[in-house]
This record gives sequence, structure tokens and C-alpha cells, in this order.
Amino acid sequence: MARTTLARAARPGATGPGDAAARVAAPQGAVSRAVGAFADRRAARRYAAFLGALALAAIALAWFTLAWDNPMEPGTRGFWLIAKLRATSLVVMAIVAVSQALATVAFQTVTDNRIITPSILGFESLYTAIQTTAVYLLGVSGVLVLQGTPQFLLQVALMVGLAVALYGTLLTGRRGNMQIMLLVGIVVGGGLGSVASFMRRLLSPSEFDVLAARMFGAVTNAQDEYIVPAIVLVALASALLLAGTRRLNVLAQGRDTAVNLGVDHRRGVLATLVLVSILIAVSTALVGPMTFFGFLVAALTYQAAGTHDHRYVLPMAALLGFVVLAGAYAVMNHVFSAQGVVSIIIELVGGTAFLLVILRKGRL
Amino acid sequence: MAGAADGREMFAITRVPRTIALVLAGAAMSMSGLVMQLITQNRFVEPTTTGTTEWAGLGLIAVMVLFPGASLMARMGAAIGAAFLGTLVFFAFLRQVRLRSSLIVPIIGMMLGAVVSSVSTFIALQFDALQILGVWFAGSFTSILKGQYEILWIVALVVVAVFIAADRFTVAGLGEEVATTVGVDYQKVVLLGTGLIAIATGVVTVVVGALPFLGLIVPNIVSLVRGDDLRSNLPWVCLLGIAIVTACDLLGRLIIMPFEVPVSLILGIVGAVVFVGLLLRQRARG
Amino acid sequence: MIRCQGVTKSYGEHATIGPIDLEIPTGGVTALVGPNGAGKSTLLTMIGRLLPLDAGTIEVCGHDVRATPSRKLAHVLSILRQENHISTRLTVRQLVGFGRFPHSQGRLTARDQQAVSDAIDFLDLAALEGRYLDELSGGQRQRAYVAMVLAQETEVLLLDEPLNNLDMQHSVAMMKQLDAAARELGRTVVIVLHDINFAARYADRICAMKDGRVVEYGPSAEIMRADVLTRVFDTDVQVIDGPDGPLAVYY
Repeated sequence: MARTTLARAARPGATGPGDAAARVAAPQGAVSRAVGAFADRRAARRYAAFLGALALAAIALAWFTLAWDNPMEPGTRGFWLIAKLRATSLVVMAIVAVSQALATVAFQTVTDNRIITPSILGFESLYTAIQTTAVYLLGVSGVLVLQGTPQFLLQVALMVGLAVALYGTLLTGRRGNMQIMLLVGIVVGGGLGSVASFMRRLLSPSEFDVLAARMFGAVTNAQDEYIVPAIVLVALASALLLAGTRRLNVLAQGRDTAVNLGVDHRRGVLATLVLVSILIAVSTALVGPMTFFGFLVAALTYQAAGTHDHRYVLPMAALLGFVVLAGAYAVMNHVFSAQGVVSIIIELVGGTAFLLVILRKGRL
Repeated sequence: MAGAADGREMFAITRVPRTIALVLAGAAMSMSGLVMQLITQNRFVEPTTTGTTEWAGLGLIAVMVLFPGASLMARMGAAIGAAFLGTLVFFAFLRQVRLRSSLIVPIIGMMLGAVVSSVSTFIALQFDALQILGVWFAGSFTSILKGQYEILWIVALVVVAVFIAADRFTVAGLGEEVATTVGVDYQKVVLLGTGLIAIATGVVTVVVGALPFLGLIVPNIVSLVRGDDLRSNLPWVCLLGIAIVTACDLLGRLIIMPFEVPVSLILGIVGAVVFVGLLLRQRARG
Repeated sequence: MIRCQGVTKSYGEHATIGPIDLEIPTGGVTALVGPNGAGKSTLLTMIGRLLPLDAGTIEVCGHDVRATPSRKLAHVLSILRQENHISTRLTVRQLVGFGRFPHSQGRLTARDQQAVSDAIDFLDLAALEGRYLDELSGGQRQRAYVAMVLAQETEVLLLDEPLNNLDMQHSVAMMKQLDAAARELGRTVVIVLHDINFAARYADRICAMKDGRVVEYGPSAEIMRADVLTRVFDTDVQVIDGPDGPLAVYY
């Protein structure tokens, strides 16, 4: 194969404008011209500084959550006993932050659409429908029936199964189409939602109250016994996602470019979507629906990261997610004593961010 | 029923109003969908896929919470105002972005709807009105009685207005430049269209409830069967809208007798199936 | 060397392409020309395995594009579509760096960095390499995309109307650069062109398509004849002698 390298080739005679400048700038060493994840050193420094600040904030918030209003002296046995109880909610927040943040960023990348969240594709409606059906059929005790690790895993499996069926049938085949897959997902989600809301109408007020508590994402919804399986699933899916970041970077360039570069686009997208569905399903089954939390975190991360490279975007998104969630809980819990509305506040802020993003000029 | 002594009276109080309400709501919502599709030049928009219904619900719940004793007219005014505002937000968004695919439009619209309804849910939760909210949003003709439905006649005016202004909406749909070239005031026509949609959606939401996907599936089915000639399609859109709402209402009454399934649930499921069918059809054509 | 045998593709209700039999030898520039809807871009994207074929075979450098793993093909051919949208924010150098993905799977070595620099220099983008793509003019962006597929260092380079959106000056510069890539780097360049005179000046071979078939194929001088062009484009075309060879006049 005649693969003469470019270096040995003479530059062509005629050139475009800006050529004089190019000649001045060109003779630099290859090392200083090396391409990286960041446009320049300043961007890299900015990223490092922001990541450091987030890490500090995360540690501070974790300590704050453990120690605030703790009646015992820091360091004593009693202090740690109380802290241990609160540590559970920190772990839950970390699980939710990691899974929602990574899932949303990866989902937006492979669907090439930055104004959508994976939660809207029927995961939450299915969760709501399962919960409502249980209460409808079994009354107040229905909520209890859904508790237990096997039930938790079954709910996750159902949600992942729905997602895989949807992606698998609509994205593969010669006429696979991303937008249609998204729309069908949303419509199916809406259908499940309206069935659930009809069943809710038939509930007695007391049954409804029991159910309502499960319908809004809340860290307190998480049962201790789910935490270990949730950690295992999230860690596994996140690790796989992080291992494939270089491929994800190529998938972000769109189908044609990805195929040209030798990446199997369809397989890459499907694999990513399955991981996304695992992450979202675990988060939803653990704490309940959180539609716009991931959207908020992803939108903030794109602004802050200053790079396209998912090796840097994903960790920052996860950390940012934790800071937002833990920060919101700390503020609402201890400043306003209004723990119950935390997730709803986050949803409102996320929803507002959504409005701002879509009203900014751009192309979709 | 007619044979019984009070049958005639019963008939006049419940059945006649219910039938008129079905006719008016069905025609108005399918016309709203048509107007939206004309203005946006997009086959997949209608009040439930653009957030308009959710905005109307938000206006409704805001008034109920702020002024618990508000009259029907006040509630309706709030619903119409919010629907108008929300539709303008959506149209503003459409003009801001360059779209790669027409299918993005309903995706954004339904995301927008989800945002708005999360706000409504928040308000409802704060004021313990969550279950009531659910009842409002589930459209049903069960509670339509004489003396309560007459306000629906407003939407008959909307239908007439659409018949008169339909050509202008088509021109506006071709874009501001084309509209100006042929001497149509783009801003005015869009505002008029938005106003008509908001009135129809607001009134129907308050009196009946949400009628999901009706405005989407009706114009699409009509143009599948009859082609895209707007003028001659208009009456068919009206009639088919009425027919579908009536059929869904009957189905809802018969399916688990003696209980009634709200028409919005039936429409939600039927509409979703037809919508998915339309999408897959588009997919099959590439 | 590219070999198409009995290639057909149908889409929509009426449009069909083929059967196409075509052999493009190694080296030089081959231009695909023809009226709108002739199937030029479709053929090019099928050769570049972005579009599956209905029947027939396409071989690029001995590899069947249907059977060969995409990853392996990425070492042999690179393709640039007419419209490229990129939703992530990239600098020119980051974009060109993606061209090295087939070689390093995203872990750029010093050798990769050198290839990226060379491709950037080749297209005179050195001064712009730190700029973001959305800050560039259409012509500069187009050059950045070409630099990316050039950095891929494949034997075959497929370009779909790379002169689209370029003004006269940039079109000439782009064609000279592609010509240099073929002559000095020994690449096989296949390019869809709209302007028959660009094809006459820079292409070694012209392949004229019409209604989904190849109707004329040969050295540029043989295709640049009044009767041939009139037949291909269904328009009266005269060919006159210009300073750099034949010129088609059809105004």
C-alpha cells in the first residue's frame, strides 16, 4: 500500500487565506502541538481547579451531613453511631448522583440530543405503574409487598427489560431511527402514566397518601437492604461506561464519522443505552423518580468542564451531581427543615434549566 | 329511559348536554391540533405534545390554590392565559433553533410538558391537592350536566374562526419571510392561532379535562385517507374528531359497567397506539 | 483499487441505483459527475460502507466492504460526507485527532501527533489549530474535516462534494490540495463534483452517472467532449479549448 506520510510531502503551491499566519505558527515542535482533551493549558487548569473545588465541597458536605446537629462530641463512640445512620443517606445520595449523572451524559451523547433525559423514556412511568398497581390491588400493604431485595431486583429487571425491548426493536434493523425511538419511548411512558393515574383515582385517600410518598424521589425512600445490590449494579455499569469513554467520544461525532473511524455505531449505541437503563432503573427503584436532576447536572457539567472528552466530563458530572444533591439536602434539612421537598426543588430548578437551555439559540 | 315518567327530564339534564359537550370538545381539540400543525408545519404537534395542556392545568391549579373560591370563569381565564403563554414559549423555542429532524419538535414539547406538570405537581403537593389534580387532568364527560357545560359553546366560535382563517395559518407555516412576501402579517396570524388554541384547550381542560393525542391523530388520519388538501379536509377533521371522542366515551362507559373509565384514559391508550403507528409508518418510508 | 460489481440499491418508491459495474484503479483523482439525483453520492456512501447495498459487491483494496470488519476498513478507506454536524465543541486539532482513532483507539502516540500535525500543515490550518470549529468560516471548517480524513492515512479517500459552500478561491485551493494528496502521497481520491470544469482540470478520470447508472467512464480528456456531456447532462454543452485544457460551456 502506498501510504506515504504527509511529513515527506511537499506542501501544495496555492493556499488559502491566513496562510501567512500559518507559516509563522507552523514551525513548532510536535510536542507543544500535541492534541489533548483541552483546547489549551488554561482550560485544563480551569478544569482541574473546578474539579478540586467540587471534591472539597463534596467532602465538606459529607462532613456537614454527618456532624451537623450531632449531639455527641466529634470523635466519641456516640458521635460515630449517629454519624453511621446518616452515612447511609450519604451513600444513597452518592449512588443516585453517580447513576443519574453518568446515565444522562452518556444518553445525551449517544442520542446526540442535549435536551433530553433518559428518565422520560418510560422508566419512571413503569415504576409509578408498578407501585400504583400494587397499592390498587393490595391496598396499603401493597407498598410492603414491593419491599425486599428480590422485589427490588425484579423492578430493576423490568425497567431494564422495557428499555432493551424498546431500543432493541426500534434502533436496530435497517430503518433504525433515534428520534422515533425517543418519541415512542416518551409516548409509551405517557400511556403507562395515564393508566397509573386512572388507578390512583380509585384509591382511598389513605392508600393514596401511602402511595404519594413513593411517587417522589426521596433519599429516605431507600431501604438499607437495597444499598448493597444497588452499589454493585451501579459500580459495574459505571465502570463499563468509564472504560468505553474513548469510544463514546467517537460516537458523539455522529454516525457517519463514527463508522468512518471504524466504530460499530449501532452496537456502541445499544451497549451504552443498556448501561444507561441499568443506572436509571437502579436509581429509580432505590429512591423514586427524579426526572430533571440528571438533566440539570449534565447541563451544568457541559458548561463547567470545557472539554468534549468523556474521560473528564463523566467524573465531573458524578461529583457535581453529588454536590448538588447533598447540598440541597443539607440546606433544606438544616436551614429550612423541609426535607420532604428536596427532590421537588431539584426538579423545579432542573426544569427551569431545561427552559433556559431550549430558549437559547442553537441547533438540535 | 324515555318511557319513564321523569325520563324526558333526565334525558334533557344529562344525555343532551353530554352529547353536545362531546361534539364541541371533539371538534375543538382536533381543530386545535390542525392549527398547530399548520403553523409549525410539523405533523406531530398538538396541545398534548407541546405542553399546552399542561400549561392550562398549571393555570388552573394556581388559581384554585390562590383563590379557592374562584368562579368557573376565573378558572377558565387562568387556564386560557397559561395555555396562551405556554404555547408562545413553545413557538418562540421553535423559531430559536434549527432542527435536524421534525421529530425533535414533539420530543421537546413533551419534555416541556413534563417540566410544567412537575411544577403543577409541586403546587398540588404543597396544598394537598394531588388526588384532585389527578381527577382534573383525567378528561371525562361524566360530570357534564345541564347548567355546567354551556360555557363549552365558546369553542364553537373557535371552530368557526379556524374555518375562516385556515389559509392564513398555512401561509404562516411557510415561515415569516414567505408570509410577508405574500402580504400576510406573520406575527398577527401566529398570535391569532395561539389564541384560538389556548381558548379551545383552556375551556376544554376546565370543563372536560385533557383529551390527549386527539388533535394529533385526527388530522393525520384525515390526510392519510384524503391527501393534504386543507380546505376540503377541514369538515372531515371536525367530524372525525367528534366521532373518535364519542366512540371513546361509549367505550369508556361500556368497558367495565357500571363504572365509567374516563375518556382521557381510553384516548390516551388509543391515541398512543395510533401515534406509534404513525411513527413506525414514517420509519418504514425512511 | 475499488471494484463494484452488480451494485444495486433502491430507496423510496421509484429511485433505484444500478446495476453498477465500475473499477477505479489505484492512485490519482477520480471525479463522479452527473445531474442531480444521478446517484453519485449514494454510490460513494455505499463504497464507504455508510449505506448498505441491496445486491452486488464492492471491494476496496481487496476487502469486501460488506464482509470486512468496519475497524479494518477504517485503515483502508476514509469517507467525508457532504454535511457534517458536530454537536460537541471541538478545536480543529481535536477534530483532526479523531482521524487517528483507527490507529490508536483514542490513545494518541507521538507518531499519531505527528500525523495530525502533518495533516493540519498540509491543509494550511496550523494557525487555526487551537480554534474551535464553531468559530471558523464554512471554508475553514471544510478544510478541517478534510484534514481529519487525511490524518487517517488511508489509501482511499472518498469525498462527497467537498467544494460545497466554498468560494472560488477556496475551491481552487482545496482541489490543489486534493490533487497533491493523490500525486505526492499516493492516495486514491474519489470525489463527487458538481462543476464539470473542476473535474476536467483536476481529475485523472471522470465517471459520469445518470439515472442511477454509470453512462460514461474514462480519462478526463475522453469525457470532455460536447456530444458526451450533452448526453449526460441533457443540456447543450460545448467544449472549447481553455488555457489549461478543455472547458465546458453550457450557459
